[in-house]
Amino acid sequence: MRKTCLDCVYELAKADERIVFIGSDLGAGVLDAFKREMPDRFFMEGISEAHLVGMAAGLALEGRIVYMNTIATFITRRCFEQIVLDLCLHKTQVRLIGSGGGVVYAPLGPTHLATEDIGILRTLPGMTIVAPADAGEMRRMMPLTVDLPGPLYIRLGKGGDPIVTRPEPFRFGQAYPLRAGGDTLIVTTGTMAQMALDAADRLGGTAVLHLPTLKPIDQEALLAHLAPARVVVTLEEHTRIGGLGSALAELIAETPFAVPKRFKRMGLPDAFASQYGSQASLMAHMGLSTEAVVATVDELRRSL
Amino acid sequence: MTMTPSPLHPDLDRRSRQLRLAIVDAFASAGRGHLGSAFSLVELLRVLYDDILRFDPARPRWAERDRMILSKGHGCLALYAILADKGFFPRAELAKFCAADGMLGGHPEYGKVPGVEASTGSLGHGLSIGVGMALALRGKGRVFVIDSDGECDEGSLWEAALHAAKHRLDNLAVLVDYNHMQSYGTSAEVLPLDPLGAKWQAFGFAVEELDGHDVAALRAALRRVPFAAGRPSVIICHTVKGKGVPFLEGNAKWHHKTKASAEEISALRAALECA
Repeated sequence: MRKTCLDCVYELAKADERIVFIGSDLGAGVLDAFKREMPDRFFMEGISEAHLVGMAAGLALEGRIVYMNTIATFITRRCFEQIVLDLCLHKTQVRLIGSGGGVVYAPLGPTHLATEDIGILRTLPGMTIVAPADAGEMRRMMPLTVDLPGPLYIRLGKGGDPIVTRPEPFRFGQAYPLRAGGDTLIVTTGTMAQMALDAADRLGGTAVLHLPTLKPIDQEALLAHLAPARVVVTLEEHTRIGGLGSALAELIAETPFAVPKRFKRMGLPDAFASQYGSQASLMAHMGLSTEAVVATVDELRRSL
Repeated sequence: MTMTPSPLHPDLDRRSRQLRLAIVDAFASAGRGHLGSAFSLVELLRVLYDDILRFDPARPRWAERDRMILSKGHGCLALYAILADKGFFPRAELAKFCAADGMLGGHPEYGKVPGVEASTGSLGHGLSIGVGMALALRGKGRVFVIDSDGECDEGSLWEAALHAAKHRLDNLAVLVDYNHMQSYGTSAEVLPLDPLGAKWQAFGFAVEELDGHDVAALRAALRRVPFAAGRPSVIICHTVKGKGVPFLEGNAKWHHKTKASAEEISALRAALECA
C-alpha cells in the first residue's frame, strides 16, 4: 500500500508540474525515479517535521500541491500545531502520508506506534482523513487527491495487505459496503477490513461497512446501515478514544433509531503497548483479533 | 559581530510618529494590544513598505509581489498601520481592532486581511512558511520574514534556518526585531540568545546588524540584500521595545497591555505628538 501510494505520487507528479514531494529522512532509494527525473520537485529534507509542515504550507500557498511522507507518529504528533495552523487554518493543499498507521511498527515500541493519529486529526476543521483498506483502493483514490481542497491525511498500513475492496469508483467521504448481512453491523476502516470480513464469515448474518474516509464521515450511508442493525461493532487499529468508534458513538447517541441497538467500540485500550512482537501479536495482546470480534458480537447478541 | 543597543537612537521623524499614532488609535479602540512589540518594529515595516517591497494594494495577490510575513504576529498593530497607510484596506478598519465585526484581530490572519501573507501568532511558524514560499519563488520573487527575538527561542525557527541555508535561498531575507525583551522580562534573563548574529552566521546566513530604528541604515541594508549570492540574509535589528514613548520603552508591563485607561491613551498620544 505504501509502495502503491508513493508510486502514484510519482506518476501524478509526472503529469502535473504543481506536485512536489517532501520526505523527512526516508529509507535509501525511496522514489529514486522521482528524484532523478524531477529533482526540482523532490525534497529529502531531514528530521525536521515541524519545519517541514510549515515549509509545505509555504509551497502550497504558492500554488504547489505537496505530498509529504514520513512515519505516521512523526507526521502527526511531532508537528501537530503546524498541521492545525499552517495547513488547516490556511486551507493548504498538503497531503500528509503517514507510514505505519496503528501498530505496524510493533517491534519498535511505543515511540513508533501511531495509535491516536485519527483521533487528534479528526478534531481539526477542514482536515480530510483517509485510511484505505488495500492497494487497489489506494490506487483508485490517489488521482483524486490532487485537486481535493485543503489538507489531507493518508494513513498507510503495513503493505502487502490482502485486496478486500471491489474496483468501484472512489469518492472522498463515501462508505463502502463490503458484505451484506442480517442484524449485525461491523463498521471498520483501513486494513482492519480483513479482520471484520473474517469475523463476519464466522458469525453469519453480519454486514461489514468500510469507511476509507474518517473525515468527513459518510453520515447518510451510516444512518442507512445503522437503522436496521441490532448489534453494532466498530473495529479499528487505533485507540478507542477519538477515532472511528467515537465518531459512530457520537452519531448513534444523537440519532433516535426505531430499532434499539447494542454497541461496542473495538480498538486499542487506553494504554501504551506493553510488549513488542509482530503487528498481529501486539494487536491480539491488546484485544484485536478475529476471535475477539466474534466473541464481542456473540456477547452483544446474547444480551439482546 | 555583537552590538549592544545604543540609547542614542536618531529621533523619530514625523512619519515614524504618525505611524505610531495610527497604532495608538487602533490600540485605543480595543483598549488592548501588544503595543511595545509593535513600536519596536515600526521602522522595519516602514522601510520595507516605503522603499523595498514590490506590491500593489489594489491587487494584494499580484503574482509578482514580494512576500512579507510578519512571523511575530503579535506585532500586528504595526503591520495594520502600514497596510492601511498603503491602502490595502480603509483606515477606518483600524478603529475596529479586535472588534467582533472587524477583520483586524490580535494576530494577523491570511485570507481575512488584504496584504497579510500568513496567519501568525504562534511563534516559530513564519520562517518555515517563508522558506516554502522562497523555494516556490526561486528566480521569480523575494520573501521577507520578520521574526522576534523571543521567537528565536523556538526550535522550529532554527530548523527553518538550516533548510534555508541548505537550499541557498538568497531570495529570502529575515529581519530579527531584537528588542531584547520578551513577555516576562529581558531575553537575557529568560533565555539568552547572544551572540545572536554569530548563531545565524553559523547556520549559513549572511548577517548584518544595525540599529532597527535607524531608517537610513535599514534602507541601505535592505537595498543590498542578498548580502551574499547563494545565501539567505538576516538583519539583526537592535530595537527598543515600546520605542517612541518613554514610559513604554523597555517596560515589560506593556508587552501585552489590556484595559488601557483614557489617561494612558492620552499620555501615549501626548508623548508621540511632542516627540
